[in-house]
Amino acid sequence: MEWILSALILIGAGFTLVGSIGLAKLPDFFTRLHGPTKATTLGVGAILIASALYFSTRQEGISLHELLITLFLFITAPVSAHLMAKAAIHLKTRMLKRTQGTPDFKNNQN
Amino acid sequence: MLETVLQIALIAVALAMLLSAWRLIVGPSKPDRILALDTLYINTIALLILLGLWLGSALYFEAALLIAVMGFVGTVALSKYLLRGDIME
Amino acid sequence: MAQTQQKSRWLPHPILSLALWLIWLLLNNTFAPGHMVLGAVLAIVIPMLTAGFWQERVCVRAPGTLAKYFLVVLWDILIANVVVAKLILSPNRKLQPGFFVIDLDARHPLAISLLANTISLTPGTVSCDVSPDQKQLLVHALHLEDEAATIHDIKTRYEAPLNKVLPPC
Repeated sequence: MEWILSALILIGAGFTLVGSIGLAKLPDFFTRLHGPTKATTLGVGAILIASALYFSTRQEGISLHELLITLFLFITAPVSAHLMAKAAIHLKTRMLKRTQGTPDFKNNQN
Repeated sequence: MLETVLQIALIAVALAMLLSAWRLIVGPSKPDRILALDTLYINTIALLILLGLWLGSALYFEAALLIAVMGFVGTVALSKYLLRGDIME
Repeated sequence: MAQTQQKSRWLPHPILSLALWLIWLLLNNTFAPGHMVLGAVLAIVIPMLTAGFWQERVCVRAPGTLAKYFLVVLWDILIANVVVAKLILSPNRKLQPGFFVIDLDARHPLAISLLANTISLTPGTVSCDVSPDQKQLLVHALHLEDEAATIHDIKTRYEAPLNKVLPPC
């Protein structure tokens, strides 16, 4: 049990850290968007599942309410990423020169 | 063993928060700052849950849930503001 | 008031009611009978009071496909995170970011938003915008090697089952 918990916590913390490293290191806004939406969400999800397991085994009765935050994060992370990307396109945020394609519907129709 | 793992995890999440805070200060563009704030609040949830595990208390769950809800609303409101210059339509 | 479909007056949205009931039980972190009854009352009253906001009708076909879809997506999220972590930790100059457009076959608004969410959560892609006529989806990829193959993957892996589950109705 303790092994599973430890593994989940370490994986979660690792992915959270990777997400933030991506946020700090990647070159432009649109690439930075990828770190937090995927890595951080999964990292926090893993930590929350570890917490649910921990409290289910330590106390009487199962504790599942952590799943609620996990579910909420998995639903909201893509929505906020979508909105931020839309705002960035609207403001014409600087992007990498070597980015292929343009954030536009007309130019891109092949 | 769980103690050691929790310590490592707390340090990792704190580092992640520092990196997000750095991005929040440096910018350079407004969407970057919103993204940094978004990451910062998700990291806070992780930190709170880890603290709850560390102290063996389930009380931190409510705070984490509230941060999740409010953080999402905040991100959406800020993005909408940048998109339209207005939050409500 | 001409109602096009005959909805049950008491349970206009059974899926919403079930979700509300489950969320109530999870929030209170209990399966005590009292909370089950209270949750059931809320699950019936809230959809009735807010029925005006839920005009669209959702009809879910093929629940088996839906369950399989969620399992596939969960698995892909795990794989995607390892891939993205590798990309993030590799040197920046190797990255080939790019935008591309997917022509949507899905017509149901819920199917489109589910597809966009799935794309955001899975391998190196974030959905950025939907065209005003809801026929195209703008996607940003962290590392775009073969545009046609990526689009083909998304269409066969995610869009086809979603179309089966949520046909336009």
